Amino acid sequence: MEAGLLTGLVVFVLASFVGFEVINKVPPTLHTPLMSGANAISGIAVVGALLITGTKDWNFVTILGFIAIILATVNVVGGFLVTDRMLQMFKKKETAS
Amino acid sequence: MSTYLNTGIELAYLTAAALFILGLKKLGSPATARKGNFLAAVGMLIAIIATLLNQSVLNYEWILVGIIAGSLIGAIAAQKVAMTDMPQMVGIFNGVGGAASALVAVGEFWRVLSTTGTVPLDATFIAILGVLIGGLTLTGSLLAFAKLQGLVTGSPVTFPLQQPINALLMAIFLAGSVYLLIQPENIDIFLTLTTISLLIGALFVLPIGGADMPVVISLLNSCSGLAASAVGFILGNSMLIVAGALVGASGLILTQIMCKAMNRPLTNVLFGAFGGESNAVGGTGGAEIDKTYRSIDSEEGAMMLGYARYVVIVPGYGMAVAQAQHGVRELASQLEKMGVDVKYAIHPVAGRMPGHMNVLLAEANVPYDRLYDMDDINTEFDRVDVALVIGANDVVNPAARNDSYSPIYGMPILDVDKAQHAIVIKRSMRTGFAGVDNELFYKDKTTMLFGSAQDVVSQLVSEVKQLDAALLE
Repeated sequence: MEAGLLTGLVVFVLASFVGFEVINKVPPTLHTPLMSGANAISGIAVVGALLITGTKDWNFVTILGFIAIILATVNVVGGFLVTDRMLQMFKKKETAS
Repeated sequence: MSTYLNTGIELAYLTAAALFILGLKKLGSPATARKGNFLAAVGMLIAIIATLLNQSVLNYEWILVGIIAGSLIGAIAAQKVAMTDMPQMVGIFNGVGGAASALVAVGEFWRVLSTTGTVPLDATFIAILGVLIGGLTLTGSLLAFAKLQGLVTGSPVTFPLQQPINALLMAIFLAGSVYLLIQPENIDIFLTLTTISLLIGALFVLPIGGADMPVVISLLNSCSGLAASAVGFILGNSMLIVAGALVGASGLILTQIMCKAMNRPLTNVLFGAFGGESNAVGGTGGAEIDKTYRSIDSEEGAMMLGYARYVVIVPGYGMAVAQAQHGVRELASQLEKMGVDVKYAIHPVAGRMPGHMNVLLAEANVPYDRLYDMDDINTEFDRVDVALVIGANDVVNPAARNDSYSPIYGMPILDVDKAQHAIVIKRSMRTGFAGVDNELFYKDKTTMLFGSAQDVVSQLVSEVKQLDAALLE
């Protein structure tokens, strides 16, 4: 556990820096879609939900996991689709002009 | 065999993480944004499929049911939502994401406890963090949604003893956490901590005004990422840690950029309602200005617009709510046909979020090159004949420049008051989202045009057309 925790921390800190760098110079026009897209990625919790729902027999944990799967998929699917809907509009205008 | 499989799963996770980073990167530029979103979605699909290959995952039927149900709800919501309601939609998606993380944290804590009889110190600590962040993300986002949707009053809610109650809750939470770290077998304490986390989220958002909700949603977005990361630590899953950290960091940056656009430190946005009493009193200091205003009808308004050489349109959230953006575009093209130079001035927080107004105008096919950022257009206002303000209020309030007592003092604004004339389309003299009176409306060169933005704009369009026809004769 100790070693795993440390590796996790290293990964976490490095990924945070990557996140900062990637987002830093984004024009305001794209903030809303970007927030929405990042939001969809936070639906990655679905992976955790899948892992705890895995066991065959039903118990309190699998029920929690099942609800979590539904909620996280709403986040993922809704998030990506809504972002695409927003970005589609920018596209339309670009070809129109 | 299973080691090969596990290596394969880890490699798939690595691919997914790379796709997330690439996707976020591409989302940052208009030309590639859509592709970026697609790449991130592919990354998510890879992560989910890889997880399903994990040999401890066996419950396929129910997993499939869950995924299908969630996908349907998400897809329908994403298709149905109006573009104007985008901020609260993001808020609610965010909330359910946080809830999922909190549930996984609770579930894993419960599983470890019931199988081994106790939980290691570090696992307990992370589980508490996951439940706290995930739980407050859920209730905070739900309340933010309710405030933006108008289900709950948008103005800051304060009640007596609010701060002592918050402090007490925090203290109970800390004490409970310490107790649980020593006695992880006590599941009641764990559930109490979960409940308090939910309460904290709601109490945290309650005193924040509706105008600041986008900042709150952005911050909570960051939180939902951190919650996913915490779950990753609990399950020892690097995929969750990486993706959560990416979202956490990007959400924080976006929050910072938004605060900068409003020229307010984040602490002021979050805790402004508590220290703000003196400001609220000072706001009425504007009473000394002469509160008479001039209102005109659309015929007169059309006349002013039609004979102008240079018109700047300042769209606000009110225009979007009234669905007047199509009418506005029509008005602009009619004016352009008559030789008027028409530009749009976009405040960084026009609409409800940075970039929200750009999305709304793009939806109405307004050419991209007609939109001007605040800094580019502000230097031009003294050359502008008519500034047409549609459903915007706080972002054109000169008090932000002049009145150091005003709650919005210091916020960068569009200098509409420097134009030769200003026409303000508004439903009534009511104050804006920030609850501040606007001295622009009482200026000599400002005229008010009352009515719903959609009606007024379509009247303006037909009046301007008549004017054009009359000029041709």
